[in-house]
Amino acid sequence: MKNFFVPILLIVWKDILTEIRNKDIILASFVFAILVLVICNFAFEITPATVHILASGILWISFIFAGILVMTHSFVVENDLNSLEGLLLCPISRDALYWGKMLSLFLFMMVVELLLLPIFAVLFDYNVLSPSLILIMVLATIGFATVGTLFASMSVNTRAREIMLPILFFPVVTPVLISAVEASMSIIGGGTAIIDIRGWIQLLLLFDVVYLVVCPWAFGFVVEE
Amino acid sequence: MALEPAILVNGLCKSFEDNSVLSNVDLTIDWGTQLTIFGSNGSGKTTLLKSLAMQCRPDGGSINIAGRDVSRDRSTIRQNIGVVGHQPMLYQDMTCIENLIFFGRMYGVNEIAKRAQKVLSEMGLGRHLNDRVRNLSHGMQKRLAISRAIIHKPPILLMDEPETGLDIVALEIVKSLIKSWTSKMGAVVITTHSIEIGLGWGSDVAILNNGAIVYRAKQEEVDQMWMRKTLLSNFGLTS
Repeated sequence: MKNFFVPILLIVWKDILTEIRNKDIILASFVFAILVLVICNFAFEITPATVHILASGILWISFIFAGILVMTHSFVVENDLNSLEGLLLCPISRDALYWGKMLSLFLFMMVVELLLLPIFAVLFDYNVLSPSLILIMVLATIGFATVGTLFASMSVNTRAREIMLPILFFPVVTPVLISAVEASMSIIGGGTAIIDIRGWIQLLLLFDVVYLVVCPWAFGFVVEE
Repeated sequence: MALEPAILVNGLCKSFEDNSVLSNVDLTIDWGTQLTIFGSNGSGKTTLLKSLAMQCRPDGGSINIAGRDVSRDRSTIRQNIGVVGHQPMLYQDMTCIENLIFFGRMYGVNEIAKRAQKVLSEMGLGRHLNDRVRNLSHGMQKRLAISRAIIHKPPILLMDEPETGLDIVALEIVKSLIKSWTSKMGAVVITTHSIEIGLGWGSDVAILNNGAIVYRAKQEEVDQMWMRKTLLSNFGLTS
């Protein structure tokens, strides 16, 4: 068991350390997400009466676009000096490698999303922070990170990786995205209790479980040549 | 371990689309030997080494490393090999010592900090422990790549053109490293373009041409004059 978890923690530690040093992933995707929020702020006629209808959509657009950048960058780092090959040469299971990269991706995406909430509150003059919303963010981000790790590893060696990743990623995560937007809209709009959105939460959980089973399995085939 | 050869390759084939890169390669490398594989560009040296390192899957044939079939005992075999490739396979924003500690822990090396310091000192990087990889010269990155390959003391070393980018001092370090490896009954496989390195480092030699081993000789059987002439005139290698 120790042989499985140690490499996962090492990969997460390595990713956090390199991110602290070069600040490539979080800073770039955070700035990009702020730009999305600013553009939406100007593009839509947002009034106190309409903000609760639009807030959820705008939030998740910024989250998902920022997430795509995080995913692409997370594997570009592995491509520098061919370090992913170095990892693949180590006597660790491909599952451990997958979980390490997936956990890093999840952490980076959550940091960006949490940083965006207060910016959203300031720009739209509307407080969206609530424990229920955080729960939805965590569940949806698990789904994004799970699928994103697989597709980012596939697309990183293609010539058009920036295009390939969204093309592969969006169709697969659509159920998670729809569930997250719908659940968030209920929470933001009416302060709905978790019990009232349990259908969306169950759907999120269901897809998370499916992705968590299928993606690590498929990852082994992707990285072994 | 001593009963089986270090590396046993039978009928190895590999193609990329319609291009056959390795065709029916047979190779046996015993413990305590160094084999230098000569070959011109595109002869299949890197593909052969990558197949041995399990970095690419062969189309046919079998490979046994330390008595284990690479199609089955992959994790155990990975523990037994150290690989130096064209790229250093390191993290640019981590320091030399951090890289070695990271990879050493992946291999489950005990007292890794001490071991990493020792290896870096041996490779002439003692003064660069805390330098980030991105700030190192190409030659120093290569030294660090070799350090990464030996951090877990693998019995088998696979080195793809290890001389590239190394100065004379570093070449001497690598030469003595290989000597110490073979003297401890390890096995080392090197590919190179350089006749000087292949013939000067006292190893068995093989020539790979168009994906097939066309010549193989023990160190004591090699006629150096004939070999130099053949490699220069027929295979376009450099002295």
